[in-house]
Amino acid sequence: MIPQEIIWEVVRLTLYVVGLIAFAAFNAAYLSLAERKVPALFQLRYGPKEVGPYGLLQPVADGLKLMSKQLLVQDGTDVFLFKLAPVMVIVPAVMCLAVIPFSETVSARNISLGLLAVFSFSSVHVLGTMLGGWASYNKYASIAAARVVAQNIAYEIPLLLVVVALVMATHTCNLHEIVDQQAGAFWHWNVFRFQVSPLMPVSFLLFFICMLAEANRAPFDMYEAESELVAGAFTEYSGMGFGLFFIAEYANIVVGCSMATVLFLGGWHCPFGLLPGLHWFLIKLYVLCFCVIWVRWSFPRTQFYTLLNLSWKLLIPLAFINLVLTAVMLKIFG
Amino acid sequence: MTQGTQSIHRETFVLNLGPQHPATHGVLRIKLTMDGEYIEDAEPVIGYGHRMQEKMGENRSYAKYLPNTARLDYVAAMFNTHGYVCAVERLAGIAVPERAEFIRVITAELNRVASHLLWVGAFLVDLGGFTPLLYTFDDREQILDLLEATTGARLTFCYYRFGGVCNDIDDDFVAGTRKFIAHLRSRMPMYHAFITKNIIFRKRCEEIAVISAETCRKFGATGPVIRGSGVAYDVRKLEPYSVYPRFNFNVPVYPEGDCMARYRVRMDEIEESLRILEQALDQLPGGPVMAEKVPRILKPAKGDCYFNVESARGTFGVRLVSDGTDKAYRLKLRSPCFSNLSLFQECSRGLLLPDALALLGSLDLVIPDIDR
Repeated sequence: MIPQEIIWEVVRLTLYVVGLIAFAAFNAAYLSLAERKVPALFQLRYGPKEVGPYGLLQPVADGLKLMSKQLLVQDGTDVFLFKLAPVMVIVPAVMCLAVIPFSETVSARNISLGLLAVFSFSSVHVLGTMLGGWASYNKYASIAAARVVAQNIAYEIPLLLVVVALVMATHTCNLHEIVDQQAGAFWHWNVFRFQVSPLMPVSFLLFFICMLAEANRAPFDMYEAESELVAGAFTEYSGMGFGLFFIAEYANIVVGCSMATVLFLGGWHCPFGLLPGLHWFLIKLYVLCFCVIWVRWSFPRTQFYTLLNLSWKLLIPLAFINLVLTAVMLKIFG
Repeated sequence: MTQGTQSIHRETFVLNLGPQHPATHGVLRIKLTMDGEYIEDAEPVIGYGHRMQEKMGENRSYAKYLPNTARLDYVAAMFNTHGYVCAVERLAGIAVPERAEFIRVITAELNRVASHLLWVGAFLVDLGGFTPLLYTFDDREQILDLLEATTGARLTFCYYRFGGVCNDIDDDFVAGTRKFIAHLRSRMPMYHAFITKNIIFRKRCEEIAVISAETCRKFGATGPVIRGSGVAYDVRKLEPYSVYPRFNFNVPVYPEGDCMARYRVRMDEIEESLRILEQALDQLPGGPVMAEKVPRILKPAKGDCYFNVESARGTFGVRLVSDGTDKAYRLKLRSPCFSNLSLFQECSRGLLLPDALALLGSLDLVIPDIDR
């Protein structure tokens, strides 16, 4: 006989996973609308406005269009990998969401190594994108696949170095505890913890840049450089195959921004020490998402070698300095 | 040699860039031989949009061919018409009234500004920045509105006629152009702040795809491409035509030869064109805009003439041979884009794919002008 608690836990987790998938899809839908409405603000135009009031139903129309289209598989494609790749991209993103604490109570699973879980899962989507590009049997997609690996390896290192420094400061990998340590007004947030390392705001910036590169967002969208590689790794994908990549891209942005919120910006805590809750988490999350969109529409794309130079010659040394400085500060004052 | 070392030989592959590719701005195909992301050889394949423009010019009368010229380089259509009209006028010995010459210069310079604005936007799209395009189009739109009110067309103008222009400009056009000059001058600092000073843009343009003056000469490159390589070659100064000698303007020259130099040349040219426009509007004389007694069916005497104008992309030349009938015996068009593209093969060798596309963008190609 299975104990009742385990059954309840399974039911709870199932509901959470369904909810998180819905959350990821909803975010993809409405961030894609934001991706068209926000730059419309910058670009002297309206953006979609015909489907529903203010174009609010545009994502529904887009989704229906993608779902009603056939996933074309051309000759020479490795069909198994080709169909597996979108799944391999979307699943890790949802898995990451399962660990992230949205508020004190809203969290699918509070595990003590949450931080580790998020970064292990988020590395998997690189593999998915690479396989998708490789299996497509398309030269543009293959170039994109090669790029995506080099880029993600280059940016995972500074990202993890920043996180290691943070773990040293917080003494925990549990995301709940990391947020709890930042309780109170905004000067308690990790981004302003100067007593741990005077470079904390810099490391937040590093984290944000690496997060952009990890999520393959402009100005680092090397694998989807549309003026060079047509549609990069997704060139051969149509219908929901493309749709899943699309959802995963936004899910990765949400994961990245959520991690920035949890690690640096106090999670669900109010900037003024009042009424903590889910709403503060979401506000911070979407402000960061806005910044991601803002950056994309303000800058041209970097070259690939500039991108790698930036990582290996600037970000990684900076992250190391931050790490050593944090260690020294902790030894002296901690 | 062991099996292992033998298998690690350098392998190249052929990448077809186009004829349908976002970066080629039309039906241009480039056969790239790639070593990884480095380009070993690039062979432009042209002719997808070939319409036999030269042959068409030879089997229809001069006036009937005139609208065709606007379909060559449709982004800067005024210059093609200008070159053709001037060649026919030279051949037939038609004198153009002064006011018409001024109007030609004004509309041509407006077209140059519109063309360069479009280029800036399209070049940034090539580099992955989409936003500037909509700002430059916003400014270009005002030029198109001005030209539409006078010429009746927004893109493929057929405004110049043998002996003048078909419509006189009115006060609204003059006032509108003055307003536009002030408007664009106030916008230029914004473009410089957001594009010229943008660190990513500069990284992608500075010292990228350097073209030497020697290469430009070898391939007959003209216009902003050769001026970006340090040669002050501008037909408006060297072989002055129309009323250009009356205006005070500079020829922007940058010696670096990289994409940034070509960008700067074009940005400076926008400002120089605004200066020419201002002076032309100030000096605009009265009088007719059409020569008297231009025969309805032109039959120039036997002869041979060549006329070139400084288009937005370089030297646009027209060679006309008349055998005394109402049709040209031979029409040869020298299109600037054709020569500018021909240096791509040499200059793109060894470049990375994104840099080669920056080079391709910086050449400012209009494919129908190449294919003709």
